[in-house]
Amino acid sequence: MLADVPAALRVAELCKAYRATRALDGVQLSVAPGELVGLLGPNGAGKSTLTKIACGLVRPTAGRVEVLGLPAGSKAARARTGYLAELFRFPGWASADELLTLHQRLTRSDGGAEERARLLGLVALLDDAERRVETMSKGMQQRLGIAQALIGDPALVLLDEPTSALDPAGRRTVRRLLERLRERGVAVLLNSHLLSEVERVCDRVVIVDHGTVVAEGTPQELAAPGGVEIETAGETKRYPDARHEDVPRIVQRLVAEGEQIYGVRVVAGTLEETYLDLVGDTPR
Amino acid sequence: MRESALDLLIIAGYALREAVRRRVLVVVVVLTLAFLGLYAFGSVEAFKEVESFGPTGGLNIDDKVLTGSTLLGLAMFVTLFLGTVLAVFLTLNAVRGDAERGLLQPLVVRPAGRSTLLLARFLAGSAVCIVYVAAVYAAAVALTGAAGDYWPDRPLAGGASLAAAVVIVVGLALLGTTLLSSTANGIAIFMTFGAGLAAGLVGQIGSALNSQTLERISSIASWALPFEAIYQDGLHALTADIGGATGVIVQLGPFGGAQDAGPLLYPFALAYLLAAGVLADRNFRRLDL
Repeated sequence: MLADVPAALRVAELCKAYRATRALDGVQLSVAPGELVGLLGPNGAGKSTLTKIACGLVRPTAGRVEVLGLPAGSKAARARTGYLAELFRFPGWASADELLTLHQRLTRSDGGAEERARLLGLVALLDDAERRVETMSKGMQQRLGIAQALIGDPALVLLDEPTSALDPAGRRTVRRLLERLRERGVAVLLNSHLLSEVERVCDRVVIVDHGTVVAEGTPQELAAPGGVEIETAGETKRYPDARHEDVPRIVQRLVAEGEQIYGVRVVAGTLEETYLDLVGDTPR
Repeated sequence: MRESALDLLIIAGYALREAVRRRVLVVVVVLTLAFLGLYAFGSVEAFKEVESFGPTGGLNIDDKVLTGSTLLGLAMFVTLFLGTVLAVFLTLNAVRGDAERGLLQPLVVRPAGRSTLLLARFLAGSAVCIVYVAAVYAAAVALTGAAGDYWPDRPLAGGASLAAAVVIVVGLALLGTTLLSSTANGIAIFMTFGAGLAAGLVGQIGSALNSQTLERISSIASWALPFEAIYQDGLHALTADIGGATGVIVQLGPFGGAQDAGPLLYPFALAYLLAAGVLADRNFRRLDL
């Protein structure tokens, strides 16, 4: 029965070509309801194009994209999707409250002032409801953008670099917000360059390069092993390829060899190392 | 259907609020008041000086009609120009310009959709421009009447033609914005407007010289840019009933020689506008944002 529940986002054999350039080349991806998936990749990998196709801003060249079983970009799918673009701007003359009111009307949300206050509170802008967008910092506008994306309780939220202009406090606010969304069963596709953020909050990570998925898994699965360090009487022995589960075997062998063990440390690997191994370390 | 109508109202209201809050309308109102002030002063002086000319030899010329119709022709020309400026500023960046700045994407992803968005921008722009040109034209008619007791025979025809002409400009500007960035679109629309005016001038020169070729060139160009044909038609309505020597002199004046376009003009203009709308909608739907 569970298999009948449509994915919040399902991408199959997705291709997008801009003249001779292939931005996406057979991408397969799925985001389950309530799942928080991080989309990683270097500049020009196709992440934003994929996000834009999912919300109907860009037409695919080939392949299929569905939002809750509905064709992506259709009116019904758009009604269930929240989106924050990487490069966006809101009219400077509007206040935060006016902007959210406009989007409430466009999504037919009946949340009224309560919903606006709740969302502004979630992004720490409650005291700035009457403030005009043109007087807000970039970070405040980005948080307002996230609030706007959540109008009407969307089932799928697509966030394209939502923390690029945020300071550490703002990033923490967004992190908490993402965790709350997951608790409420909202699916999120988070497109970001901030690997540490993705590693901390996402259930699953998809790495895209040259328009194709090059790796997929949980952050733990994808993180490169950092090895094991064992402190003995004479020195600290390093086993760079060893994992957590290898520790008993290594310790047993060292003890059998007459070593005295004073400490064992499993060195945590990072997603960044895996990422750089996969896409290279040359900036694009 | 009801949902779409509601979306139209929401987005058109947003566009109108934007026009008001960005102070576009304040600037326009200030400049228009300046024009009307100058027009009132010029009209009073013109009527006063024409009266002082005295009898015009053996010709039976009605100075009041000659002066009033010429002044009102000038007012129509300026009103169309100001209406065009307003139309362009309200719509020149509605699609590509707003998309480049990132203003459009948050609206397009909402359920209303692109066609509704485009139609709402058209309706909002047209509504503002129609009210504007109607108000300026009505003020010009009233000022001309007050200054020299000249009242055109068919004042409504002139106002209606200005309203229709400016709606065509709104439609063309919206079509342009699906193809060009803001600056390029603004330049393109003003050049198109200039081309229309040039076509009208060629027609007037052709009429004065009795050159059928020039008149034919003007006619074709005016129909290709129907805001000009409509404007000419309205101008013609203002002066068509002036007879005798006065009528001849008016026809030779700067705003004489305007052509009556016939009954097909408005159906043609409507079809033209629909075609522009269909093309704009098609372009917008295909646009990757």
